[in-house]
Amino acid sequence: MSADTSLPVLTQKDFASDQEIRWCPRCGDYSILAQMKKVLPTLGIPRENIVFVSGIGCSSRFPYYMSTYGMHSIHGRAPAIATGLKVARPELTVFVITGDGDALSIGGNHLMHALRRNVDLKIIMFNNQIYGLTKGQYSPTSPLGKKTKSTPFGSVDRPLNPLSIAIGAGATFVARSADVDIKHLTSVLERAAAHKGSAFVEVYQDCNVFNSGAFEFATKKDQKEENCIYLEHGKPLIYGKARDKGVRIDGAGNPDIVNLSDVKEDDLLFHDETTDDPTHAFRLAQMRWPDSPEPMGVFRAIERPTYDGEVDRQFKDCIASQGSGDLDKLFNSGDTWEVKAKS
Amino acid sequence: MSSESRESSEQETAENETPVESQTATKELQTVESVVIRFCGDSGDGMQLAGTQFTNVSAVFGNDVSTLPDFPAEIRAPAGSLFGVSGFQLCFSSGDIYTPGDEVDTLVAMNPAALKTNLADLKRGGTLIVNEDAFDKSNLGKAHYDSNPLDDESELASYRVHKVPMTRLTRDAVDGLGLSVREADRCKNFFALGLVYWLYERDSKPTEEWVKSKFGKYPSVLEANLRALKAGFNFGFSTEQFTVHYEVPAAQLEPGRYRKVTGNEAVAMGLVTAAKLAETELFYGGYPITPASDILHELSKLKRFGVRTFQAEDEIAAITSVVGAAFGGALAVTASSGPGIALKGEGIGLGVIMELPMVIVDVQRGGPSTGLPTKTEQSDLFLTYFGRNGDCPMPVIAARSPADCFAMAQEAVRIAVEFMTPVFLLTDGYIANGAEPWKIPEVDGMYRVKVRHPTESNGNGHGFQPYMRDENLVRPWAIPGTPGLEHRLGGLEKSDGSGNVSYDPDNHQQMTKIRSQKLDKIAESIPDQEVDGSESGDLLVISWGGTYGAVKSACAASRRQGKSVAHCHLQYIHPFPRNLGEVLSRYKKVLIPELNSGQLWIIIRAHFLVDAVSMSKVKGKPFLIGELCDKIDEVLES
Ligand SMILES: Cc1ncc(C[n+]2csc(CCOP(=O)(O)OP(=O)(O)O)c2C)c(N)n1
Repeated sequence: MSADTSLPVLTQKDFASDQEIRWCPRCGDYSILAQMKKVLPTLGIPRENIVFVSGIGCSSRFPYYMSTYGMHSIHGRAPAIATGLKVARPELTVFVITGDGDALSIGGNHLMHALRRNVDLKIIMFNNQIYGLTKGQYSPTSPLGKKTKSTPFGSVDRPLNPLSIAIGAGATFVARSADVDIKHLTSVLERAAAHKGSAFVEVYQDCNVFNSGAFEFATKKDQKEENCIYLEHGKPLIYGKARDKGVRIDGAGNPDIVNLSDVKEDDLLFHDETTDDPTHAFRLAQMRWPDSPEPMGVFRAIERPTYDGEVDRQFKDCIASQGSGDLDKLFNSGDTWEVKAKS
Repeated sequence: MSSESRESSEQETAENETPVESQTATKELQTVESVVIRFCGDSGDGMQLAGTQFTNVSAVFGNDVSTLPDFPAEIRAPAGSLFGVSGFQLCFSSGDIYTPGDEVDTLVAMNPAALKTNLADLKRGGTLIVNEDAFDKSNLGKAHYDSNPLDDESELASYRVHKVPMTRLTRDAVDGLGLSVREADRCKNFFALGLVYWLYERDSKPTEEWVKSKFGKYPSVLEANLRALKAGFNFGFSTEQFTVHYEVPAAQLEPGRYRKVTGNEAVAMGLVTAAKLAETELFYGGYPITPASDILHELSKLKRFGVRTFQAEDEIAAITSVVGAAFGGALAVTASSGPGIALKGEGIGLGVIMELPMVIVDVQRGGPSTGLPTKTEQSDLFLTYFGRNGDCPMPVIAARSPADCFAMAQEAVRIAVEFMTPVFLLTDGYIANGAEPWKIPEVDGMYRVKVRHPTESNGNGHGFQPYMRDENLVRPWAIPGTPGLEHRLGGLEKSDGSGNVSYDPDNHQQMTKIRSQKLDKIAESIPDQEVDGSESGDLLVISWGGTYGAVKSACAASRRQGKSVAHCHLQYIHPFPRNLGEVLSRYKKVLIPELNSGQLWIIIRAHFLVDAVSMSKVKGKPFLIGELCDKIDEVLES
């Protein structure tokens, strides 16, 4: 969407609502909210055309804190609500704010279908690997063995990999960032907002009350460069504070961590967001810390017709080719007969 | 009704074993007032098609018609099995009729299983036409017959039996067209149809036209069906088996142009009409379920009317997509049946607290759980009335017949939009699949729902107040895209006025009260309850939904016998019409027949403290007029 120059220039403040923010002190949600407020004015979209739809969970309070249109709905259903809204009103820009429990447990079905349909939604999933609002049960992304209130002896549930799920469902935009990685998060949100189609962004978010420090590996200053690979389209996968390590594909097709002193840059794996084949993105999504460095950034960004766009196209085509519906004709279609007045 | 009118023909001998002299072309033609025919056969035998064609030609001829399709629950039950029997009953009449009839005058049974499962409904002295070719060892076995019932004179002695070798005659008729045996055999429903056309003096032209338009691309199939139809007709005409045939004169319907509608078609047309007249777009989010799917199918065809349809991944997504579309300003609708409505409960509650207009159509079927998917029942009343968490009142209205669905769908939209609330429209499998003549209405003069989306803030400088109400307690339907009215809705309790989240105890009490007072306001917008029959008397029979026709007919029959029986049919169940309590007080006794175990009965008793009597039937079948008359007598005598 292009900026209308006649519009007043909006700032971060214009997107803040008058509602008191009620997340716990130092919750990672604050940072995500702040970055979102920073990104929105840059999109050139009038405030009234933006809608935030959320499910239920701590993160899902988000819409109350934005001065756009918004809906805080019911647990897990935000993607379906947003789909209905977007199909009815394709001109709106619709964000979905959801948590790992909301999106992947109760709402897994809707998430999968919104993604495979490629509804033009920006789905931002706050992943804290815990149920925050209900006070600390394990979530579908909690690691095996995780001790929580509902798993006092350690979780025996295998965790889901959110990005693999998104890629598997055919998402056209898949990315990951972290709450306090301010610049990175801003750029990922900007990219997601600009994407035409369903964008799925996983944001590592610190719940300092129930699952403190789960993502330190990806957020701590002295650690993140060693533990994460910041993806750049067309560039080789290089990481490390000294940018001395890289990823290569071995003979069996698996990622292989190498030292740049041993391997030429050209032999490394190059990142390509745009391949239609999801294998590359899937391979990256499978790379998880601590077994390997973890990729951050945009995994996949491909172009495909959007669901709402196609519905709209059919809708308009029908009107153009069949003419606007005529009720008289509709009523009189099929076999009709006349009953004459008694003479 | 039909039952008495056929008595004249009952003195005809029931059997035709004695050889009859070859007849001339002129056979006796008797006039009867109404006739009930049932076609039944294997689900592959094309019985629905035969029934529909008969209905169409009767309607075009000018009879009043009413139909009852009866589908097997199994999609592909083994051919010839008892579970695989598909039936289509219709009543056509020269008088006004309100049901497809109690007893069957003419039963067409295409195989032993069909005979076994349907014979009990054929009246004594009725006409039985069977395809005797299908009564072979294998089919008899599948129908669990030890011996061929057609050979057992005593079993069929009370009917006028016509054993017709339909398979063979159909094959002969289509011989030379190069069809396979299977293809040839598929034409035998047209043979049966042709025979019944002769029997009831029907004009087969409309069916011939239909066959031509349907099979234009397949000349041999087209020709085969036409030949089978003709062969059936000629068989009736020339065989010695049939000595009489009948005519049912045209009915005196109100003058005008008519067509036939099923309930599901009428719901779809009513919704489209309401949206079009409101100059707004319709959004339909649905998930397939019997018997509601046809609403999705119908609406999917009507994009040019401003309809967007969404086949969701499940009912939860269907209802929540509707919530999203309603927030966006569309006229948002979903339809389902019991199991799907159960899933939608949480989403509907969200619509109630957000006070968004939505229409939810519940095409009821037998429950609980998956229950009887293809059979009718009225047992979702509690589900729609109470089936949500919290104090969650919402309007419930019910259509009474296929054609009435058209008006009630528009009424559901009116209430939803004018009062900013989700609305339940109840229909049922009987109404949804049944058909009746519908007098095509004039578009001019139809009620136009006014959709208002404010563009100005109502907060006098304090920002937009999404829960500021008008005199009807209705909040404004502001929609995204409107500058200056940005607001947030949600499932958490709202502060009245601002709509901000509120845990204030008094506010929750107040909002709960407002949500229920809205129903009182709706009551002021609906018509007073009328009764059929005298203004006061011995007995008032209360019906709702699809039992309308049977109850109306039974009450009328009782009155004809001099009994003081009035009929009150409820279209508005929540809220009730304001005068209903007063109406109830004018009768000594109240009877409430329902196809459930007494759900309206409980609500009426709780509401009005009347000692009403419940009549409950849960067999997956509509009421018969006769059984209602018996119950009326029993209550009157008690
Ligand atoms: C139908 C339903 N089931 C359960 C709940 C309770 N519930 C609210 S939020 C939540 C989990 C939230 O976890 P997550 O989505 O990870 O979000 P977070 O609070 O961590 O941001 C649950 C189980 C509910 N509100 N509705």
